[in-house]
Amino acid sequence: MKNYYQPEIETASRERILEIQNEKIVKQVKHVYDNVPYYRNLMEKKGLTPEDIKSVDDIKKLPFLTKDDLREAYPYGLLGTDIKNCVRIQSTSGTTGKRVVAFYTQKDIDMWEECCARAIVAAGGTDEEVCQICYGYGLFTGGPGLNGGSHKVGCLTLPMSSGNTDRQIQFMIDLNATILCCTPSYAAYIGETLAEQGYRPEDNKLKAGIFGAEPWTREMREGIEKSLGIKAYDIYGLTELSGPGVSFECEEQHGMHINEDHFYAEIIDPETGEVLPEGEKGELVFTSLDKEGFPLLRYRTKDICILSREKCSCGRTHVKMTKPLGRSDDMMIIRGVNVFPSQIEAVLLKEGFTPNYQIVVDRVNNSDTFDIYVEFSPEVFSDKIAEIQQSEHKLSSAMRSMLGIDPKIHLVAPKSIVRSEGKAVRVIDKRKLV
Amino acid sequence: MAITQISAFLENKPGKLAEAITSITEAGINIRALNLAETKDFGILRLIVSDVAKAKETLGKEIIIKETPVVAVKMEDHSGALKEILDVLSGANVNIEYVYAFTGAMRDSAYVVFRVDDIAEAESILSQNGIATLKDEDMTEFLSSLK
Repeated sequence: MKNYYQPEIETASRERILEIQNEKIVKQVKHVYDNVPYYRNLMEKKGLTPEDIKSVDDIKKLPFLTKDDLREAYPYGLLGTDIKNCVRIQSTSGTTGKRVVAFYTQKDIDMWEECCARAIVAAGGTDEEVCQICYGYGLFTGGPGLNGGSHKVGCLTLPMSSGNTDRQIQFMIDLNATILCCTPSYAAYIGETLAEQGYRPEDNKLKAGIFGAEPWTREMREGIEKSLGIKAYDIYGLTELSGPGVSFECEEQHGMHINEDHFYAEIIDPETGEVLPEGEKGELVFTSLDKEGFPLLRYRTKDICILSREKCSCGRTHVKMTKPLGRSDDMMIIRGVNVFPSQIEAVLLKEGFTPNYQIVVDRVNNSDTFDIYVEFSPEVFSDKIAEIQQSEHKLSSAMRSMLGIDPKIHLVAPKSIVRSEGKAVRVIDKRKLV
Repeated sequence: MAITQISAFLENKPGKLAEAITSITEAGINIRALNLAETKDFGILRLIVSDVAKAKETLGKEIIIKETPVVAVKMEDHSGALKEILDVLSGANVNIEYVYAFTGAMRDSAYVVFRVDDIAEAESILSQNGIATLKDEDMTEFLSSLK
Protein backbone atom coordinates (compact mmCIF):
# COMPACT_ATOMS: atom_id res chain seq x y z
CA MET A 1 0.00 0.00 0.00
CA LYS A 2 1.31 3.42 -0.94
CA ASN A 3 1.17 6.16 1.62
CA TYR A 4 1.07 9.84 0.78
CA TYR A 5 0.14 12.82 2.89
CA GLN A 6 -1.19 14.80 -0.08
CA PRO A 7 -1.55 12.19 -2.85
CA GLU A 8 -3.15 14.53 -5.38
CA ILE A 9 -0.08 16.74 -5.45
CA GLU A 10 2.66 14.26 -4.52
CA THR A 11 1.74 12.00 -7.42
CA ALA A 12 0.48 14.67 -9.84
CA SER A 13 1.47 14.42 -13.49
CA ARG A 14 4.49 16.39 -14.67
CA GLU A 15 2.12 18.62 -16.63
CA ARG A 16 0.03 19.37 -13.56
CA ILE A 17 3.14 20.18 -11.47
CA LEU A 18 4.40 22.50 -14.18
CA GLU A 19 1.02 24.17 -14.37
CA ILE A 20 1.05 24.81 -10.59
CA GLN A 21 4.62 26.08 -10.73
CA ASN A 22 3.96 28.43 -13.65
CA GLU A 23 0.94 29.89 -11.98
CA LYS A 24 2.80 30.39 -8.69
CA ILE A 25 6.01 31.87 -10.10
CA VAL A 26 4.23 34.64 -11.97
CA LYS A 27 2.43 35.66 -8.77
CA GLN A 28 5.51 35.24 -6.60
CA VAL A 29 7.81 37.37 -8.74
CA LYS A 30 5.23 40.14 -8.78
CA HIS A 31 4.81 39.81 -5.00
CA VAL A 32 8.56 40.04 -4.42
CA TYR A 33 9.01 42.91 -6.87
CA ASP A 34 6.28 44.89 -5.16
CA ASN A 35 7.27 44.10 -1.57
CA VAL A 36 11.03 43.53 -1.43
CA PRO A 37 12.94 46.64 -2.55
CA TYR A 38 16.23 44.79 -2.16
CA TYR A 39 15.26 42.25 -4.81
CA ARG A 40 13.44 44.74 -7.01
CA ASN A 41 16.70 46.64 -7.15
CA LEU A 42 18.54 43.48 -8.28
CA MET A 43 15.89 42.91 -10.96
CA GLU A 44 16.08 46.48 -12.16
CA LYS A 45 19.83 46.19 -12.52
CA LYS A 46 19.16 43.37 -14.98
CA GLY A 47 16.45 45.37 -16.69
CA LEU A 48 13.76 42.96 -15.56
CA THR A 49 10.15 43.61 -14.62
CA PRO A 50 7.65 41.01 -13.36
CA GLU A 51 6.16 40.86 -16.88
CA ASP A 52 9.37 39.20 -18.09
CA ILE A 53 8.62 36.12 -15.98
CA LYS A 54 5.81 34.19 -17.60
CA SER A 55 6.71 30.64 -16.56
CA VAL A 56 9.35 28.65 -14.69
CA ASP A 57 11.39 28.67 -17.90
CA ASP A 58 11.98 32.37 -17.28
CA ILE A 59 13.34 31.82 -13.76
CA LYS A 60 16.82 31.53 -15.24
CA LYS A 61 16.65 35.25 -16.13
CA LEU A 62 16.27 36.24 -12.48
CA PRO A 63 19.20 37.41 -10.36
CA PHE A 64 20.65 35.05 -7.74
CA LEU A 65 20.53 35.57 -4.02
CA THR A 66 23.40 34.39 -1.87
CA LYS A 67 24.14 34.25 1.82
CA ASP A 68 25.97 37.57 1.35
CA ASP A 69 22.72 39.18 0.24
CA LEU A 70 20.98 37.75 3.27
CA ARG A 71 23.65 39.20 5.50
CA GLU A 72 23.55 42.56 3.80
CA ALA A 73 19.78 42.73 4.01
CA TYR A 74 19.71 41.55 7.65
CA PRO A 75 17.33 41.65 9.36
CA TYR A 76 14.34 43.02 7.46
CA GLY A 77 15.69 43.64 3.95
CA LEU A 78 14.23 40.49 2.42
CA LEU A 79 11.02 40.46 4.38
CA GLY A 80 8.21 39.83 1.91
CA THR A 81 5.23 41.13 3.81
CA ASP A 82 4.29 43.53 6.56
CA ILE A 83 5.94 42.37 9.77
CA LYS A 84 2.52 42.27 11.46
CA ASN A 85 1.55 39.42 9.12
CA CYS A 86 4.44 37.31 10.40
CA VAL A 87 4.00 34.92 13.29
CA ARG A 88 7.42 33.30 13.67
CA ILE A 89 11.16 33.79 13.31
CA GLN A 90 13.63 30.93 12.89
CA SER A 91 17.35 31.27 12.50
CA THR A 92 20.31 29.31 11.27
CA SER A 93 22.37 27.35 13.75
CA GLY A 94 24.89 29.17 15.86
CA THR A 95 26.74 31.12 13.19
CA THR A 96 26.82 34.64 14.59
CA GLY A 97 28.80 36.06 11.71
CA LYS A 98 26.45 34.73 9.07
CA ARG A 99 23.21 34.35 10.94
CA VAL A 100 20.11 34.20 8.82
CA VAL A 101 16.80 35.34 10.25
CA ALA A 102 13.77 34.00 8.39
CA PHE A 103 10.20 35.21 8.82
CA TYR A 104 7.08 33.08 8.55
CA THR A 105 3.44 33.93 8.15
CA GLN A 106 0.92 31.37 9.40
CA LYS A 107 0.52 30.19 5.81
CA ASP A 108 4.30 29.71 5.56
CA ILE A 109 4.27 27.65 8.76
CA ASP A 110 1.41 25.51 7.46
CA MET A 111 3.21 24.91 4.18
CA TRP A 112 6.45 24.02 5.98
CA GLU A 113 4.68 21.65 8.36
CA GLU A 114 2.87 20.00 5.45
CA CYS A 115 6.23 19.37 3.80
CA CYS A 116 7.43 17.71 7.01
CA ALA A 117 4.17 15.75 7.19
CA ARG A 118 4.85 14.42 3.67
CA ALA A 119 8.26 13.25 4.90
CA ILE A 120 6.79 11.51 7.95
CA VAL A 121 4.13 9.74 5.87
CA ALA A 122 6.77 8.75 3.28
CA ALA A 123 8.65 7.09 6.14
CA GLY A 124 5.55 5.02 6.88
CA GLY A 125 4.01 7.37 9.44
CA THR A 126 0.27 7.37 10.20
CA ASP A 127 -1.88 8.89 12.95
CA GLU A 128 -1.14 5.79 15.01
CA GLU A 129 2.51 6.75 15.52
CA VAL A 130 4.31 8.02 18.56
CA CYS A 131 6.79 10.43 17.06
CA GLN A 132 9.83 11.24 19.19
CA ILE A 133 11.54 14.45 18.10
CA CYS A 134 15.00 15.00 19.45
CA TYR A 135 16.12 17.72 17.10
CA GLY A 136 16.81 20.96 18.93
CA TYR A 137 13.80 23.21 19.45
CA GLY A 138 13.98 26.98 19.42
CA LEU A 139 15.52 29.08 16.68
CA PHE A 140 16.84 25.93 15.00
CA THR A 141 14.28 24.67 12.47
CA GLY A 142 14.76 20.94 13.12
CA GLY A 143 12.53 20.58 16.17
CA PRO A 144 9.73 23.00 15.25
CA GLY A 145 9.50 21.70 11.66
CA LEU A 146 9.15 18.01 12.46
CA ASN A 147 6.98 18.84 15.46
CA GLY A 148 4.52 20.61 13.19
CA GLY A 149 4.66 17.82 10.61
CA SER A 150 4.00 15.24 13.29
CA HIS A 151 0.92 17.18 14.45
CA LYS A 152 -0.38 17.43 10.89
CA VAL A 153 -0.09 13.67 10.43
CA GLY A 154 -1.82 13.19 13.76
CA CYS A 155 1.01 11.38 15.50
CA LEU A 156 1.32 11.50 19.26
CA THR A 157 4.25 13.89 19.42
CA LEU A 158 7.05 13.70 21.97
CA PRO A 159 8.79 17.11 21.81
CA MET A 160 11.98 15.89 23.49
CA SER A 161 14.46 18.35 21.96
CA SER A 162 18.11 17.28 21.93
CA GLY A 163 20.26 15.84 24.69
CA ASN A 164 19.62 13.98 27.93
CA THR A 165 19.99 10.57 26.33
CA ASP A 166 18.84 8.60 29.38
CA ARG A 167 15.53 10.45 29.37
CA GLN A 168 15.23 9.99 25.59
CA ILE A 169 15.61 6.25 26.07
CA GLN A 170 13.19 6.13 28.98
CA PHE A 171 10.48 7.91 26.96
CA MET A 172 11.25 5.87 23.85
CA ILE A 173 10.78 2.59 25.72
CA ASP A 174 8.01 3.55 28.18
CA LEU A 175 5.87 5.45 25.66
CA ASN A 176 6.45 3.11 22.73
CA ALA A 177 7.90 5.63 20.29
CA THR A 178 7.59 4.38 16.72
CA ILE A 179 9.27 7.18 14.76
CA LEU A 180 12.48 8.91 15.73
CA CYS A 181 13.50 12.32 14.34
CA CYS A 182 17.00 13.66 15.04
CA THR A 183 20.44 14.11 13.53
CA PRO A 184 21.98 10.88 12.23
CA SER A 185 24.88 11.18 14.68
CA TYR A 186 22.48 11.43 17.59
CA ALA A 187 20.50 8.44 16.29
CA ALA A 188 23.73 6.45 16.20
CA TYR A 189 24.55 7.59 19.71
CA ILE A 190 21.11 6.57 21.00
CA GLY A 191 21.61 3.19 19.33
CA GLU A 192 24.92 2.68 21.09
CA THR A 193 23.55 3.79 24.43
CA LEU A 194 20.57 1.43 24.11
CA ALA A 195 22.97 -1.44 23.52
CA GLU A 196 25.12 -0.40 26.48
CA GLN A 197 22.03 -0.41 28.68
CA GLY A 198 21.30 -3.96 27.59
CA TYR A 199 18.46 -3.29 25.14
CA ARG A 200 18.31 -5.36 21.96
CA PRO A 201 17.07 -3.73 18.73
CA GLU A 202 13.75 -5.61 19.08
CA ASP A 203 13.16 -4.19 22.58
CA ASN A 204 12.02 -0.84 21.17
CA LYS A 205 8.91 -0.19 19.07
CA LEU A 206 10.63 2.11 16.58
CA LYS A 207 10.02 1.36 12.93
CA ALA A 208 11.43 4.40 11.17
CA GLY A 209 13.73 7.33 11.68
CA ILE A 210 13.91 10.67 9.87
CA PHE A 211 17.42 11.98 10.05
CA GLY A 212 18.88 15.16 8.64
CA ALA A 213 20.69 18.44 9.31
CA GLU A 214 24.11 16.90 8.75
CA PRO A 215 25.86 14.68 6.23
CA TRP A 216 25.91 10.94 6.82
CA THR A 217 27.25 7.95 4.97
CA ARG A 218 25.68 4.74 3.75
CA GLU A 219 27.65 2.86 6.40
CA MET A 220 26.26 5.11 9.06
CA ARG A 221 22.74 4.51 7.78
CA GLU A 222 23.25 0.76 7.92
CA GLY A 223 24.66 1.02 11.44
CA ILE A 224 21.68 3.06 12.66
CA GLU A 225 19.16 0.76 10.98
CA LYS A 226 20.78 -2.27 12.59
CA SER A 227 21.23 -0.86 16.06
CA LEU A 228 17.69 0.54 16.32
CA GLY A 229 15.95 -2.08 14.17
CA ILE A 230 14.42 0.57 11.89
CA LYS A 231 14.45 1.95 8.37
CA ALA A 232 16.33 5.28 8.25
CA TYR A 233 15.18 8.12 5.97
CA ASP A 234 17.05 11.22 4.94
CA ILE A 235 15.50 14.68 5.02
CA TYR A 236 16.88 17.93 3.61
CA GLY A 237 16.13 21.58 4.07
CA LEU A 238 17.44 24.96 5.01
CA THR A 239 16.18 27.79 7.15
CA GLU A 240 16.38 30.20 4.21
CA LEU A 241 13.61 28.24 2.50
CA SER A 242 11.66 27.05 5.56
CA GLY A 243 13.59 24.28 7.30
CA PRO A 244 13.61 20.49 7.04
CA GLY A 245 11.21 19.09 4.47
CA VAL A 246 12.35 20.95 1.38
CA SER A 247 13.03 17.41 0.20
CA PHE A 248 12.73 13.98 1.77
CA GLU A 249 13.37 10.32 1.10
CA CYS A 250 10.73 7.77 0.23
CA GLU A 251 10.81 4.00 0.73
CA GLU A 252 13.26 3.69 -2.18
CA GLN A 253 15.89 5.38 0.01
CA HIS A 254 17.51 6.59 -3.15
CA GLY A 255 17.44 10.35 -3.49
CA MET A 256 15.10 12.89 -1.92
CA HIS A 257 11.88 14.14 -3.53
CA ILE A 258 11.82 17.92 -3.65
CA ASN A 259 8.46 19.46 -2.74
CA GLU A 260 8.28 21.02 -6.17
CA ASP A 261 4.91 22.63 -5.73
CA HIS A 262 6.63 24.95 -3.21
CA PHE A 263 10.30 24.97 -4.18
CA TYR A 264 11.56 25.18 -7.73
CA ALA A 265 15.01 23.61 -8.08
CA GLU A 266 17.76 24.34 -10.58
CA ILE A 267 21.30 23.04 -10.88
CA ILE A 268 23.83 25.64 -11.97
CA ASP A 269 27.50 25.76 -12.76
CA PRO A 270 28.84 27.44 -9.61
CA GLU A 271 31.50 29.27 -11.63
CA THR A 272 29.40 30.69 -14.46
CA GLY A 273 25.93 30.63 -12.94
CA GLU A 274 24.66 28.87 -16.05
CA VAL A 275 21.78 26.41 -15.64
CA LEU A 276 22.91 22.82 -16.24
CA PRO A 277 20.79 20.09 -17.83
CA GLU A 278 19.16 17.40 -15.70
CA GLY A 279 21.58 14.74 -14.52
CA GLU A 280 24.56 17.05 -14.30
CA LYS A 281 26.31 17.79 -11.06
CA GLY A 282 26.29 21.40 -9.89
CA GLU A 283 25.09 23.85 -7.30
CA LEU A 284 21.52 23.56 -6.13
CA VAL A 285 19.47 26.76 -6.44
CA PHE A 286 15.96 27.14 -5.03
CA THR A 287 13.15 29.51 -5.78
CA SER A 288 10.46 29.61 -3.18
CA LEU A 289 7.19 29.59 -5.12
CA ASP A 290 4.73 30.61 -2.45
CA LYS A 291 6.51 31.77 0.71
CA GLU A 292 5.11 35.07 1.99
CA GLY A 293 7.31 36.11 4.89
CA PHE A 294 10.69 35.31 3.42
CA PRO A 295 10.23 34.71 -0.29
CA LEU A 296 13.68 33.98 -1.70
CA LEU A 297 14.07 33.74 -5.47
CA ARG A 298 17.02 31.84 -6.93
CA TYR A 299 18.75 31.28 -3.63
CA ARG A 300 22.13 29.62 -4.06
CA THR A 301 22.38 26.84 -1.48
CA LYS A 302 26.07 26.15 -2.22
CA ASP A 303 25.20 22.45 -1.94
CA ILE A 304 26.49 20.43 -4.86
CA CYS A 305 24.13 17.74 -6.07
CA ILE A 306 22.37 16.12 -9.02
CA LEU A 307 18.66 16.22 -9.91
CA SER A 308 16.82 13.30 -11.43
CA ARG A 309 13.32 12.99 -12.87
CA GLU A 310 13.56 9.25 -13.32
CA LYS A 311 10.35 7.46 -12.42
CA CYS A 312 10.31 6.47 -8.75
CA SER A 313 8.70 3.22 -7.63
CA CYS A 314 7.05 5.02 -4.71
CA GLY A 315 4.70 6.73 -7.16
CA ARG A 316 5.79 10.26 -6.30
CA THR A 317 6.39 12.37 -9.36
CA HIS A 318 8.42 15.14 -7.77
CA VAL A 319 12.01 15.55 -8.89
CA LYS A 320 14.66 13.84 -6.77
CA MET A 321 17.95 15.29 -5.58
CA THR A 322 20.96 13.36 -4.42
CA LYS A 323 22.31 13.92 -0.95
CA PRO A 324 24.62 16.96 -1.13
CA LEU A 325 27.87 15.67 -2.62
CA GLY A 326 29.88 18.63 -1.43
CA ARG A 327 29.83 22.40 -1.19
CA SER A 328 30.70 25.09 -3.67
CA ASP A 329 31.92 27.23 -0.79
CA ASP A 330 34.04 26.27 2.19
CA MET A 331 31.23 25.70 4.66
CA MET A 332 31.51 22.63 6.86
CA ILE A 333 28.73 21.03 8.82
CA ILE A 334 30.12 19.95 12.18
CA ARG A 335 27.77 18.36 14.72
CA GLY A 336 24.90 19.76 12.70
CA VAL A 337 26.21 23.31 12.86
CA ASN A 338 27.35 25.35 9.86
CA VAL A 339 30.96 26.46 10.21
CA PHE A 340 32.90 28.73 7.86
CA PRO A 341 36.71 28.99 8.06
CA SER A 342 36.33 32.77 7.67
CA GLN A 343 34.54 32.89 11.03
CA ILE A 344 37.41 31.06 12.69
CA GLU A 345 39.89 33.45 11.14
CA ALA A 346 37.92 36.45 12.37
CA VAL A 347 37.91 35.15 15.95
CA LEU A 348 41.64 34.42 15.86
CA LEU A 349 42.47 37.95 14.74
CA LYS A 350 40.10 39.49 17.23
CA GLU A 351 41.68 37.52 20.08
CA GLY A 352 45.21 38.49 19.07
CA PHE A 353 46.26 35.19 17.51
CA THR A 354 47.81 34.65 14.12
CA PRO A 355 45.47 33.74 11.27
CA ASN A 356 47.69 30.73 10.66
CA TYR A 357 45.46 27.85 11.56
CA GLN A 358 44.25 24.47 10.49
CA ILE A 359 40.91 22.84 11.15
CA VAL A 360 40.79 19.08 11.50
CA VAL A 361 37.39 17.43 11.47
CA ASP A 362 36.92 13.72 11.98
CA ARG A 363 34.20 11.36 13.04
CA VAL A 364 34.98 9.11 15.97
CA ASN A 365 32.27 6.76 17.27
CA ASN A 366 29.72 8.50 15.06
CA SER A 367 30.30 11.91 16.52
CA ASP A 368 32.27 14.74 14.99
CA THR A 369 35.58 15.82 16.46
CA PHE A 370 36.60 19.41 15.80
CA ASP A 371 40.18 20.52 16.42
CA ILE A 372 41.74 23.87 15.58
CA TYR A 373 45.52 24.12 15.42
CA VAL A 374 46.75 27.68 15.79
CA GLU A 375 50.30 28.86 15.35
CA PHE A 376 51.80 30.64 18.31
CA SER A 377 52.67 34.29 17.96
CA PRO A 378 55.10 36.27 20.14
CA GLU A 379 52.12 38.23 21.51
CA VAL A 380 50.52 35.11 22.92
CA PHE A 381 53.71 33.51 24.16
CA SER A 382 54.49 33.80 27.85
CA ASP A 383 56.95 32.20 30.21
CA LYS A 384 53.98 31.30 32.38
CA ILE A 385 51.86 28.31 31.40
CA ALA A 386 48.86 29.71 33.23
CA GLU A 387 48.92 32.82 31.06
CA ILE A 388 49.07 30.81 27.84
CA GLN A 389 46.27 28.58 29.04
CA GLN A 390 44.24 31.64 29.86
CA SER A 391 44.51 32.99 26.35
CA GLU A 392 43.75 29.50 25.07
CA HIS A 393 40.56 29.43 27.16
CA LYS A 394 39.62 32.90 26.04
CA LEU A 395 40.02 31.76 22.46
CA SER A 396 37.91 28.65 23.13
CA SER A 397 35.04 30.61 24.55
CA ALA A 398 35.20 33.21 21.76
CA MET A 399 35.02 30.32 19.26
CA ARG A 400 32.12 28.79 21.13
CA SER A 401 30.11 31.98 21.11
CA MET A 402 30.83 32.60 17.43
CA LEU A 403 30.25 29.06 16.19
CA GLY A 404 27.84 27.59 18.69
CA ILE A 405 30.03 24.52 19.14
CA ASP A 406 33.20 23.86 21.06
CA PRO A 407 36.41 23.23 19.14
CA LYS A 408 39.49 21.80 20.82
CA ILE A 409 42.25 24.41 20.53
CA HIS A 410 45.89 23.40 20.09
CA LEU A 411 48.65 25.99 20.05
CA VAL A 412 51.49 24.92 17.81
CA ALA A 413 54.87 26.28 16.75
CA PRO A 414 55.04 29.09 14.21
CA LYS A 415 55.31 27.85 10.62
CA SER A 416 54.49 24.32 11.71
CA ILE A 417 51.17 24.17 9.85
CA VAL A 418 51.75 22.47 6.54
CA ARG A 419 51.58 24.74 3.55
CA SER A 420 51.05 23.20 0.18
CA GLU A 421 52.57 25.24 -2.62
CA GLY A 422 52.77 28.22 -0.32
CA LYS A 423 49.08 28.11 0.49
CA ALA A 424 48.12 26.82 3.91
CA VAL A 425 45.72 23.90 4.01
CA ARG A 426 42.95 25.30 6.17
CA VAL A 427 40.63 22.35 6.46
CA ILE A 428 41.30 18.66 6.76
CA ASP A 429 38.04 16.76 6.79
CA LYS A 430 38.68 13.11 7.48
CA ARG A 431 35.03 12.11 7.74
CA LYS A 432 34.70 10.74 4.17
CA LEU A 433 31.03 11.64 4.07
CA VAL A 434 30.39 11.45 0.35
CA MET B 1 68.22 44.25 40.07
CA ALA B 2 66.69 41.06 38.83
CA ILE B 3 68.38 38.72 36.42
CA THR B 4 67.15 38.00 32.91
CA GLN B 5 65.59 34.74 32.01
CA ILE B 6 65.04 33.70 28.43
CA SER B 7 61.98 31.58 27.81
CA ALA B 8 61.43 29.81 24.55
CA PHE B 9 58.50 28.01 22.97
CA LEU B 10 59.21 24.37 22.16
CA GLU B 11 57.00 21.97 20.31
CA ASN B 12 56.29 18.83 22.28
CA LYS B 13 58.20 16.61 19.84
CA PRO B 14 61.38 14.54 20.05
CA GLY B 15 64.48 16.54 19.21
CA LYS B 16 63.08 20.02 19.79
CA LEU B 17 64.97 20.60 23.06
CA ALA B 18 68.15 19.24 21.49
CA GLU B 19 67.80 21.67 18.57
CA ALA B 20 67.46 24.66 20.87
CA ILE B 21 70.37 23.62 23.06
CA THR B 22 72.53 22.90 20.02
CA SER B 23 72.11 26.38 18.63
CA ILE B 24 72.98 27.92 22.01
CA THR B 25 76.01 25.69 22.34
CA GLU B 26 77.23 26.53 18.86
CA ALA B 27 77.01 30.21 19.72
CA GLY B 28 79.34 29.57 22.63
CA ILE B 29 76.76 30.39 25.28
CA ASN B 30 76.92 28.76 28.67
CA ILE B 31 73.71 27.70 30.39
CA ARG B 32 73.60 28.51 34.09
CA ALA B 33 70.18 27.12 34.85
CA LEU B 34 67.48 25.37 32.92
CA ASN B 35 63.88 24.49 33.49
CA LEU B 36 61.32 22.96 31.14
CA ALA B 37 57.59 23.21 31.74
CA GLU B 38 55.36 21.03 29.63
CA THR B 39 51.73 20.98 28.53
CA LYS B 40 50.04 18.45 26.26
CA ASP B 41 50.83 20.46 23.13
CA PHE B 42 54.05 22.34 23.83
CA GLY B 43 56.87 23.05 26.26
CA ILE B 44 58.32 26.24 27.68
CA LEU B 45 62.08 26.22 28.05
CA ARG B 46 63.40 28.66 30.64
CA LEU B 47 67.08 29.50 30.66
CA ILE B 48 69.56 31.56 32.61
CA VAL B 49 72.56 32.02 30.32
CA SER B 50 75.96 33.62 30.26
CA ASP B 51 75.13 36.00 27.42
CA VAL B 52 71.53 37.10 27.21
CA ALA B 53 71.91 39.26 24.11
CA LYS B 54 73.62 36.55 22.14
CA ALA B 55 71.14 33.91 23.31
CA LYS B 56 68.24 36.10 22.24
CA GLU B 57 69.74 36.62 18.84
CA THR B 58 70.57 32.97 18.30
CA LEU B 59 67.36 31.41 19.59
CA GLY B 60 65.08 34.21 18.44
CA LYS B 61 65.94 33.47 14.85
CA GLU B 62 64.34 30.06 15.05
CA ILE B 63 61.73 30.05 17.77
CA ILE B 64 59.56 32.41 19.77
CA ILE B 65 61.40 33.70 22.80
CA LYS B 66 60.67 36.09 25.57
CA GLU B 67 62.82 37.92 28.06
CA THR B 68 61.56 37.99 31.63
CA PRO B 69 63.12 39.41 34.78
CA VAL B 70 63.30 36.86 37.59
CA VAL B 71 64.59 37.01 41.13
CA ALA B 72 67.69 34.91 41.77
CA VAL B 73 69.01 34.27 45.23
CA LYS B 74 72.26 32.68 46.25
CA MET B 75 71.86 30.52 49.30
CA GLU B 76 73.90 28.17 51.34
CA ASP B 77 73.79 24.57 50.28
CA HIS B 78 72.29 23.09 53.43
CA SER B 79 68.92 21.80 54.56
CA GLY B 80 66.53 24.60 55.47
CA ALA B 81 68.16 27.33 53.38
CA LEU B 82 65.33 27.43 50.86
CA LYS B 83 62.75 27.31 53.64
CA GLU B 84 64.13 30.52 55.15
CA ILE B 85 63.71 32.37 51.88
CA LEU B 86 60.26 30.98 51.26
CA ASP B 87 59.17 31.97 54.76
CA VAL B 88 60.18 35.55 54.05
CA LEU B 89 58.28 35.65 50.77
CA SER B 90 55.14 33.97 52.04
CA GLY B 91 55.25 36.14 55.18
CA ALA B 92 55.04 39.17 52.88
CA ASN B 93 52.32 37.51 50.83
CA VAL B 94 54.41 37.35 47.65
CA ASN B 95 52.96 34.87 45.20
CA ILE B 96 55.49 32.69 43.37
CA GLU B 97 54.47 31.71 39.85
CA TYR B 98 57.19 29.13 39.43
CA VAL B 99 60.59 28.34 40.85
CA TYR B 100 63.62 26.32 39.99
CA ALA B 101 66.93 25.79 41.74
CA PHE B 102 70.41 24.72 40.88
CA THR B 103 73.34 23.66 43.03
CA GLY B 104 77.00 22.98 42.60
CA ALA B 105 77.90 26.01 40.57
CA MET B 106 80.19 26.98 43.43
CA ARG B 107 81.21 24.94 46.33
CA ASP B 108 78.72 25.02 49.21
CA SER B 109 76.28 27.26 47.43
CA ALA B 110 73.00 26.89 45.60
CA TYR B 111 70.85 29.26 43.58
CA VAL B 112 67.14 29.55 43.42
CA VAL B 113 65.22 31.42 40.71
CA PHE B 114 61.78 32.83 41.45
CA ARG B 115 59.21 34.10 38.98
CA VAL B 116 57.00 36.62 40.76
CA ASP B 117 54.69 39.34 39.48
CA ASP B 118 56.24 42.19 41.44
CA ILE B 119 60.00 41.83 41.21
CA ALA B 120 60.83 45.06 43.04
CA GLU B 121 58.63 44.19 45.97
CA ALA B 122 60.05 40.68 46.27
CA GLU B 123 63.60 41.96 46.10
CA SER B 124 63.06 44.65 48.68
CA ILE B 125 61.47 42.19 51.08
CA LEU B 126 64.35 39.76 50.61
CA SER B 127 66.92 42.48 51.12
CA GLN B 128 65.15 43.76 54.26
CA ASN B 129 65.62 40.25 55.58
CA GLY B 130 69.29 40.18 54.70
CA ILE B 131 68.90 37.95 51.67
CA ALA B 132 70.85 39.20 48.66
CA THR B 133 69.51 38.82 45.16
CA LEU B 134 71.62 38.62 42.02
CA LYS B 135 71.94 40.92 39.03
CA ASP B 136 72.84 40.04 35.48
CA GLU B 137 76.36 41.38 36.16
CA ASP B 138 76.71 38.96 39.08
CA MET B 139 76.02 36.11 36.72
CA THR B 140 78.64 37.36 34.28
CA GLU B 141 81.22 37.93 37.02
CA PHE B 142 80.46 34.63 38.56
CA LEU B 143 80.96 32.94 35.22
CA SER B 144 84.27 34.61 34.55
CA SER B 145 85.46 33.64 38.04
CA LEU B 146 84.94 30.04 37.04
CA LYS B 147 87.34 30.27 34.13
